Amino acid sequence: MGHEQKYVDKKYEVVGTRFNRPDGIDKVTGKARYGADASAPGQLVGRVLRSPHAHASIVKINTSKAEKLPGVKAIITSADLPDVTGGDQGLADILENCMARGRALYDGHAVAAVAAVDEQTAAQALKLIDVKYKKLPHVTDVDEAMCESAPVIHDRIITRGVEPKPTKPSNVAARTQMGHGDIEAGFAEADVVIEKSYKTEQTHQGYIEPHACLASVNPDGTAELWVTTQGHFVFRNVCASLLGLDIAKLKVTSSEIGGGFGGKTHVWVEPVALALSRKANRPVKLVMGRDEVFRATGPTSSTSIDVKMGAKKDGTITAAVAEMRYQGGAFPGNWAMLGCMTAFACYDIKNNQSIGWDVVVNRPKVAAYRAPSAPMAAFAVESTIDELAKEIGIAPIDMRLKNVAREGTLAPYGPTYGPIGIEHTLKAVKDHPHMRAKLKKNQGRGVACGFWFNIGGQTCTDLNISVDGTVNLTLGTVDVGGSRSSMAMIAAEELGIPYEQVRANIADTTSLGHNDMTEGSRGTFSSGMATIFAARDAISVLKQRAAKMWGITEEDVIWENGQALATGDSHSNLPPLSLKEIAAKSGRTGGPIAGHNEVVADGAGMGFASHICDVEVDPETGRSTIVRYTVVQDAGKAINPDYVEGQFQGGATQGIGWALNEEYIYGDDGCLQNAGFLDYRIPVCSDLPFIDTQILEVPNPLHPYGVRGVGETSIVPPLAAVGNAIANATGVRMTHAPMSPPRVLAGIDTLEHAS
Amino acid sequence: MRYATPASAKEAAGMLSKEKGAAFLLAGGTDLLVKLKMGMVEPDLVVDIKRIPKIDQIQTSAKGFTIGAAVSGSVIGQHKGLKAAWPGVVEAANLIGSDQIQGRATLAGNLCNASPAADSVPAMIAAGAKAVIVGPQKKRTVPVEKVVQGPGKTCLAKGEVIEAITLPKPEAKTGDAYLRFIPRTEMDIAVVGVAISLKLERGVVKKAKVALGAVAPTAVVVPAAARALVGSKLDDAALEKLAAACSAACNPIDDKRGTVEYRTRVAGVLAKRAAKIAFQRAGGAL
Repeated sequence: MGHEQKYVDKKYEVVGTRFNRPDGIDKVTGKARYGADASAPGQLVGRVLRSPHAHASIVKINTSKAEKLPGVKAIITSADLPDVTGGDQGLADILENCMARGRALYDGHAVAAVAAVDEQTAAQALKLIDVKYKKLPHVTDVDEAMCESAPVIHDRIITRGVEPKPTKPSNVAARTQMGHGDIEAGFAEADVVIEKSYKTEQTHQGYIEPHACLASVNPDGTAELWVTTQGHFVFRNVCASLLGLDIAKLKVTSSEIGGGFGGKTHVWVEPVALALSRKANRPVKLVMGRDEVFRATGPTSSTSIDVKMGAKKDGTITAAVAEMRYQGGAFPGNWAMLGCMTAFACYDIKNNQSIGWDVVVNRPKVAAYRAPSAPMAAFAVESTIDELAKEIGIAPIDMRLKNVAREGTLAPYGPTYGPIGIEHTLKAVKDHPHMRAKLKKNQGRGVACGFWFNIGGQTCTDLNISVDGTVNLTLGTVDVGGSRSSMAMIAAEELGIPYEQVRANIADTTSLGHNDMTEGSRGTFSSGMATIFAARDAISVLKQRAAKMWGITEEDVIWENGQALATGDSHSNLPPLSLKEIAAKSGRTGGPIAGHNEVVADGAGMGFASHICDVEVDPETGRSTIVRYTVVQDAGKAINPDYVEGQFQGGATQGIGWALNEEYIYGDDGCLQNAGFLDYRIPVCSDLPFIDTQILEVPNPLHPYGVRGVGETSIVPPLAAVGNAIANATGVRMTHAPMSPPRVLAGIDTLEHAS
Repeated sequence: MRYATPASAKEAAGMLSKEKGAAFLLAGGTDLLVKLKMGMVEPDLVVDIKRIPKIDQIQTSAKGFTIGAAVSGSVIGQHKGLKAAWPGVVEAANLIGSDQIQGRATLAGNLCNASPAADSVPAMIAAGAKAVIVGPQKKRTVPVEKVVQGPGKTCLAKGEVIEAITLPKPEAKTGDAYLRFIPRTEMDIAVVGVAISLKLERGVVKKAKVALGAVAPTAVVVPAAARALVGSKLDDAALEKLAAACSAACNPIDDKRGTVEYRTRVAGVLAKRAAKIAFQRAGGAL
């Protein structure tokens, strides 16, 4: 059905107000069922044996002793997951990542798995599996992996995007280049040029809930999977492909999710659990430990980035170049490409060029992490802009405003921007009382901007009206950040009924058509659009039924404020029919009343934010404390402002953690040394001030309510905002994140020695 | 795995000494349960001492305090007498873990876990704490600094149990303090810890004891650092000497929590800050 996607300015009754989340009671009382909260009769416990080496040939796996242990029901290796991917290298990589095939590619790579009657037996069985490894040279650093002398991890990798095509394999999977203008001419025009190199360490999404699932496969090819995921339809398709199952015969149910941030868009143990269940012919529950989550799921890239920018004395940036190296773990990704696309996206720079290198190393396969790749690029670019502003003698905020991207600006990655909010956020920052607040001794303030594209994609939604007028909204996009509430609000808005009259549910994969992941900040944009259209679909049915009840033609019925009104001179004395009244009679007017929509939502509105950070640095220890933090972001339209603010605060918090202390620490042996929350230092509540937020609404022209995604952009500015604040507090420009106390203290030392 | 709840420290000692398999003592369990869950230990016997009468109590006498081996951090934090007498020890104990951990964690357990980074250990050493050790046959009392012999290693013989920690009644004009460095505000392991106790006489430091944590295989007593303070009114020169002595006493490792260089330097920084707090607590004017 052709529904109107364009933005229409109107007054809202429900949208824009604040409601409690429908899943709130279950979550605060502990009733909510997460990935590990399902069980089935006869279920077994699954456990995974993982490589203790960074890179090793698997010479032999002897499982005979473990098989003899009473209570062990199945043991699998890669032999039990035959490659049925049919030449799809992307899928083959996923399969190899789920279970090593002849070679362990990183510390924590799965080598074998066990299903046993209980936890203890499974743990004991793992110890009885005898794996003979032959250690191979490893490389974990992105720059080292690009060297001629580095051990080549995959013979099949020949660098893409380089002319002429290389003849020898290397760890460089791809080169990307984008931008426009004449770089040399741009730098020739510049009065000041700044060139700097940056490094960022690898970080993990740090979701509290580890990956967990309950898998059950039957001999007839039917199967079920209960799993914590950001997209059960995609998990279904991928798992079915890896195991050779028919897609429709695998029923996947998404549990409540205890955080994902991109890390639950990829399968890790799910195909293993299914393969164990297939072999044991019993349900298998597999829950990862925290150390497994760190070692063997998908953190974000570590990077090494060079930036060169030139500007005129009036602040106009004349040229900008970035060369960015991103590691994707043991398998190729397109992470550097995303860095290229986002690096200069906030600005209108006549001559710009971004070059990206996607590199493989002996680390876990990188996954999406909230605006993947953008925070590192922004760290490098936004730090350099501050240095440029300092050199010219212009306020950093004015430097940014001078060069800001606007509607009509050619984006570095190709498109010409429509209406966007970056200038609005910068102006709001400039006017914010935070910018005028006095700073104390050892304190500094930093500002930084961030961009994320946001995406649309496939959505399929049902809306069913019960005979009492209450509404079931059936969704297929997993509720990661409170979307059930937002979707219920949207349905209530369209139908003209109270929010409490709508119950939103996330359906399993057998109940709806395909829905893409909740990723790319697409949930509220895409699912919201499908909800609007499904509700409008239902309204047309409601109008038909009202016409039937009145005995008039459908054309003479309009829908307003939750009721049908008869129009035209001959019907104006008919009393209105409410949704409830129409629903009550539905059995006699044509049966259940429903609306439905399937859509590929195009036109996701781009997300822009500007952040303000105040930091206090202890000059004797290098320890930084965030004393005040403000997020200003364009939401397009905030459906439920509570959750929009929550996204702003959550993204900023994760970015601050990355800026200050979070990092993967590898030993010389290539093994991860801090696979736990004790030494992988995520901020605790007392580390942070209340994070202030300001929602701006520059409507997205391609959404009926003007919605833009809001989930990711807020993690992009913090690294640079913190770095700029530290620079202003200490005079030290930090070029290596996290800016942990030892690094900051070393920076202060260098400065003191220089002066 | 067997679980036992003896009624006396002596009975606990007997159980541990007779056990042929791997036996572990359980007080708060904040270390043991984590190790169990991580698969680092596989006990045949767990001896829970919490049912032993009075082991969860703090006794005050003319000589000082006797803190039972099962007294939790939160109980210590609420004991007015102890807080007034040895605020540095109480603060160190209360820095360990979260509120939930504080409900379980004990001083004796922190000592027996023998981590180089244990927060309460340097503070206990500076305050002159002793461990009351009960064996199957005899009882002995050992200064806290003699208990830990290396990472994870103590002087306890098979079958020996720490029944209590004693702290002396502080002399007049005594103050103590413990500071640790962590990159976060809580829920972390010390990168460096410094404990100082000192006694004043007419505004001048008469006696001092300085102990460092997380900078060597065990907590380190630094006599040179104490000497730097004695006879001073905590002037800048004395503080600089203190910092230098503390840094010189460091023998740390490079690891995920900190570098040799950083730990050595920050030990001096924290020593100066801790000395000032202890000095003021002793009634000194800065």
